[in-house]
Amino acid sequence: MYIAQQVAFLITLTVAGILVRRRVLFIRNNIRLGKANVINDRHGERLKNMLLVAFGQKKMFKRPVAAVLHFFIYAGFLIINLEVLEFIIDGFFGTHRIFASFLGPLYPWMMNFFEALAVAVMLACLVFLLRRFVIRIPRFWSSEMTTWPRLDAALILTTEIVLMWAILFMNASDQLLQQVNEHYVSTGTLYFSSMLMPLLESLTPGSLLILERFCWWFHIIGILGFSVYITYSKHLHIFLAFPNTYYARLEPKGQINNMPVVTREVRSMLGLEAAAPQAPSEPGRFGAKDINDLQWNSLMAAYSCTECGRCTSECPANLSGKKLSPRKIMMDVRDRMEDVGKSMASGGPGIADGKFLLGDYITKEEINACTSCNACVEACPVMISPLDIIIEMRRYVAMEESGSPAQWNSMFQNIETNFAPWKFPSSDRFKWASENS
Amino acid sequence: MTIPTIADMTSRGESPEILFWVGCAGSYDERYKRVTKAFVKILQAVGTKFAVLGGEETCTGDPARRAGNEFLFQMQATQVIQVLNGYQVKKIVTACPHCFNTIRNEYPDLGGKYEVIHHSVFLQQLIDDGKIKLKEGGAFKGRRITYHDSCYLGRANNIYEAPRAVLESLDADLVEMKRCRTTGLCCGAGGAQLFKEPEAGKSDIHTDRAGEAIATGAQTIAVACPFCMTMLNDGVKARNKEATVQVKDLAELIAESQGL
Ligand code: SF4
Ligand code: SF4
Repeated sequence: MYIAQQVAFLITLTVAGILVRRRVLFIRNNIRLGKANVINDRHGERLKNMLLVAFGQKKMFKRPVAAVLHFFIYAGFLIINLEVLEFIIDGFFGTHRIFASFLGPLYPWMMNFFEALAVAVMLACLVFLLRRFVIRIPRFWSSEMTTWPRLDAALILTTEIVLMWAILFMNASDQLLQQVNEHYVSTGTLYFSSMLMPLLESLTPGSLLILERFCWWFHIIGILGFSVYITYSKHLHIFLAFPNTYYARLEPKGQINNMPVVTREVRSMLGLEAAAPQAPSEPGRFGAKDINDLQWNSLMAAYSCTECGRCTSECPANLSGKKLSPRKIMMDVRDRMEDVGKSMASGGPGIADGKFLLGDYITKEEINACTSCNACVEACPVMISPLDIIIEMRRYVAMEESGSPAQWNSMFQNIETNFAPWKFPSSDRFKWASENS
Repeated sequence: MTIPTIADMTSRGESPEILFWVGCAGSYDERYKRVTKAFVKILQAVGTKFAVLGGEETCTGDPARRAGNEFLFQMQATQVIQVLNGYQVKKIVTACPHCFNTIRNEYPDLGGKYEVIHHSVFLQQLIDDGKIKLKEGGAFKGRRITYHDSCYLGRANNIYEAPRAVLESLDADLVEMKRCRTTGLCCGAGGAQLFKEPEAGKSDIHTDRAGEAIATGAQTIAVACPFCMTMLNDGVKARNKEATVQVKDLAELIAESQGL
């Protein structure tokens, strides 16, 4: 019987492994569609950001209630995974609670701690469900939160609750089995699950065994299923938050990145440099029309986005009813990557499908409304910059299409002819000094 | 006013302690020119040896870059840098957070490396050094002031406390809006929005923000940015409060308290 379970376990683990691997490669390929800019500096500062913001959840704590609840789930995830390790070893070797023999008297402590976390996770998920679906906090219901993003959140929260119940029921039946079956090593009294024991007392040892095994399998399949599922979901942030914070920009937020291609051209136009020899590599478009014009880290950011909407809830354009929503920008980039990736995987045209990020996913009306105020960047718990993407698209519109709003085109013209964004003659610039008062 | 230009100074073989970068709004905007003059009066009163570029100053290129026109930005920036480097400028003070951000953060990539100081920080230094002495119980005692964070000073460059320190020295009653510092709401002008009509929406950002400022009960909305000044002035007018609520720059408030 144990052999059969071991075989079944191996098959389950392999299937999950294959599915996860496939998705990881798919996502990696999508991210590689972006420009391969090299980020290889200031490692200390980057590490610090990663430790504080991803590991330490620093930015979450701007909203303390959500932060504490999220912290339970996060800690639960990290720590209960130790138990999953035990599950895997047991499943592999047909053992039971292998850690108990190593840890001895520490084991009951550890199990009790895990159970306490499981209860905290359940409560946190419950409150999160209430906030989303009963209190209906507005940022979870804005227009880009269509059926799938809402379902995604609901599925994950409910699954976590069910998985935690599985742990508790498993431990309860385990404790009862310890009295009759020597395969079940003693764990001592486990505080939370022992409360469920009265419910199970009337069951025969055979039924208890089935229940215990069912919960065990349910939990491990649940966890493995979860690891496949998250690669399709916003929950990818639990892994990508780490590289994303590591590679986040370190410059002051107000600084917009320089375009060296333009610098060379401008300097040669002004006669400051000999005309650049024809650029060795294909310079590509100015700015971004599609995902392959964006830098890889902007693409990774889209996969790291938690869809929390903190950015949008602080965005002045969105607050005043404009179409722009920084969260939607990130979701659109991700959708575009998924669409292109799927097309490539099925032998389709991929990026050359005739669609573009700008135009088919994101409109000019959206990007034009941005005030570059950085409220979204400041608010993001995983250090995403929707603004970087917006600026790249504006660059495309301005330099490749000359399609900026008419009033911006006049502003450009004023700068060119009067050296000021307004239509005042430059000879009047210093007049203020000779005026009265 | 006689304002020394750097060209004059250089021809006399002198060089200024600081270059005061006036900015386009500071040069052309009717309302904002009063801020330029107030700041100049402060500089003269404390005896800082300063100069301006005068007719040689041009746009830094900030709105062009933010609207996506990188070519125009770099054309503009490269020419400004040529002028500044030509005069061997080392230290620049400006009242405009957009000019400040561009010159300080974006010019180094193009060969322009200077020490750039925003006037809020400069004023704070003058106060800390005792060069500006504020009188106890002056004209501002008990006056309620709220400070509106400029995005390009605050989030963009982490300058949140200097403007507040300047205002606190006025002995006024400083009140904060709910959205302030890192969560301060934009006035609606950044990212080249000042130069075009807003997209369709349910309200205007500047009237929303003016509403938040008025709700604090402040008689004065203090700003440290020419764009914020224009937007909030418009917002206060749209809410028919211009008779009771004034929008003033830090430099104006300090000049006023000094009787300049
Ligand atoms: S930078 Fe743009 S997108 Fe981000 S919050 Fe400000 S206006 Fe919205
Ligand atoms: S970009 Fe950041 S703040 Fe916005 S939804 Fe994604 S994770 Fe949340």
